[in-house]
Amino acid sequence: MTALPPPPAKKLGLVIDLDTCVGCHACVTACKGWNDQGYGVPLSDQNAYGSEPSGTFLNRVHGYEVVSGGGPAEIVNFPRSCLHCDNAPCVTVCPTGASYKRAEDGIVLVNEDACIGCGLCAWACPYGARELDAQAGVMKKCTLCVDRIYNDTLPEEDRVPACVRTCPTGARHFGDLADPESAVSRLVAERDGYDLMPELGTAPVNKYLQPRPKGAAEARPLAPLLDVRATGLAGWLDRLLERL
Amino acid sequence: MHPAPSVILFTTLSGAGFGLLFVLATGAVAVFGLEAFLLWGLGYLLATAGLLASTFHLGRPERAMRAFSQWRTSWLSREAWAAAGALLMLAPVALAAVSGGGLPPAFGLTGALACLLALLSTGMIYAQLRTVPRWNHWTTPALFFAWALAGGTILAGLPYAAALLCAALAVLQLFAWRSGDRRFAARGHTLATATGLGSRGVVRSFAPPHTGHNYLMREMIHVVGRRHAAKLRTLALLLGAVIPAILVVALPSSLPAHVLAFAVHLAGAFAARWLFFAEAEHVVGLFYGAR
Ligand code: SF4
Ligand code: SF4
Ligand code: SF4
Repeated sequence: MTALPPPPAKKLGLVIDLDTCVGCHACVTACKGWNDQGYGVPLSDQNAYGSEPSGTFLNRVHGYEVVSGGGPAEIVNFPRSCLHCDNAPCVTVCPTGASYKRAEDGIVLVNEDACIGCGLCAWACPYGARELDAQAGVMKKCTLCVDRIYNDTLPEEDRVPACVRTCPTGARHFGDLADPESAVSRLVAERDGYDLMPELGTAPVNKYLQPRPKGAAEARPLAPLLDVRATGLAGWLDRLLERL
Repeated sequence: MHPAPSVILFTTLSGAGFGLLFVLATGAVAVFGLEAFLLWGLGYLLATAGLLASTFHLGRPERAMRAFSQWRTSWLSREAWAAAGALLMLAPVALAAVSGGGLPPAFGLTGALACLLALLSTGMIYAQLRTVPRWNHWTTPALFFAWALAGGTILAGLPYAAALLCAALAVLQLFAWRSGDRRFAARGHTLATATGLGSRGVVRSFAPPHTGHNYLMREMIHVVGRRHAAKLRTLALLLGAVIPAILVVALPSSLPAHVLAFAVHLAGAFAARWLFFAEAEHVVGLFYGAR
């Protein structure tokens, strides 16, 4: 049913730290790698080795430049995947019931066997989190790695989303955002975690953390090296050549 | 948004079809025999041709029947019900008109209501999307009604109703364009709110997440062709409303004359519907630094 469930007691989601993300795209690759062989149809590529490659991904990393005043430009790497919104507009528009939000943990999923590939849910999502797979003709989106996080056959430390597990800088955190005592909720409280496009009223579960303020740029550490005074024979040559 | 030909065809043709079926169902024109057969047949043809075209843009058209399941929440599902319902409910009315019999007006009126519901649902599919500010407004369903009913009255040969509806359509369409042009900015969606980085300074897209195209960019970001928008708007108004209004009033009433006026109107409707998609900007474009 594409009616939204009552607010779930558990809200599993991600907290993405823009301070530590280095934009390496490891989460993009890990996400594609895991979800290519797990939940639902594979994430197809078209013309992968041609001049205009295109493919389905559930997670993408943008790079933004922020300029303020006369200061140096700041580069912010910005991962973008489904935010598992509480008030998910993608769910209610679906004509087939393929899109749904789970009552038990708030994860938003697509039942690919029921999806007709009309694309309306992707139109309804403000965050570009849904991509219609060009080969299978069904809608793909982040599953919050539902086939990892509850998977008893995996070692304990692997029962987190692939993107979280792989991130080399620990910029992606996974947990229950409805529990104020969880590590992710404390992180959000400490660092003023925020919503993307809050004016649209989607009430995302995932939160983002601002880059921490950086100090003023340090004096250039290599500057002294530019002012080397030659001594001895080299100094004599230097002075001689200067005079010529 | 990408102006997919299948969706443009579907919405204009089936819109006009349901507009015509509505007019016939209300009994506003008394047609019998061959004329009834031609007009009702045209209404059914347009409505079903449009519905068929709409399945071409589905990823899995063979599962289209599943779209009937979520009428409680989804406008797309409601559209499926209303459209199928109207076509089924009006079949006996059409047969009665063709064979010269008569049915109590209640039959026609319920079918007419279903036609209106189908048009409303189509409009609401677009109007409900807060992600596309240009569409997210009452003018969207109003426009779907106006185009459909203008087309329907032209074809049915109601000259004065058609001329009046064409005038209303022109005013509404102008208003929708003008108010729509400002809505994205007025809603305040920017790259700053999309990324939440606005408090730090001016945000600019620096490195896109992928070098090639993807579904999002193909579907939601359409920048080519907007250049000719002003010309196309004039064309849409002239062909869609002004010329057909003059034709229906000036030409002596006959089916060929109505069809001629309708053909001109349809060309205008295609132009307007192309603009409806091509000019609509989705907020996801902000992430890509493009709209
Ligand atoms: S981010 Fe998009 S796809 Fe995910 S729940 Fe929110 S609206 Fe739906
Ligand atoms: S594309 Fe599939 S999941 Fe999305 S709205 Fe259409 S049927 Fe539902
Ligand atoms: S949670 Fe899983 S599916 Fe979602 S972005 Fe991360 S790796 Fe991809």
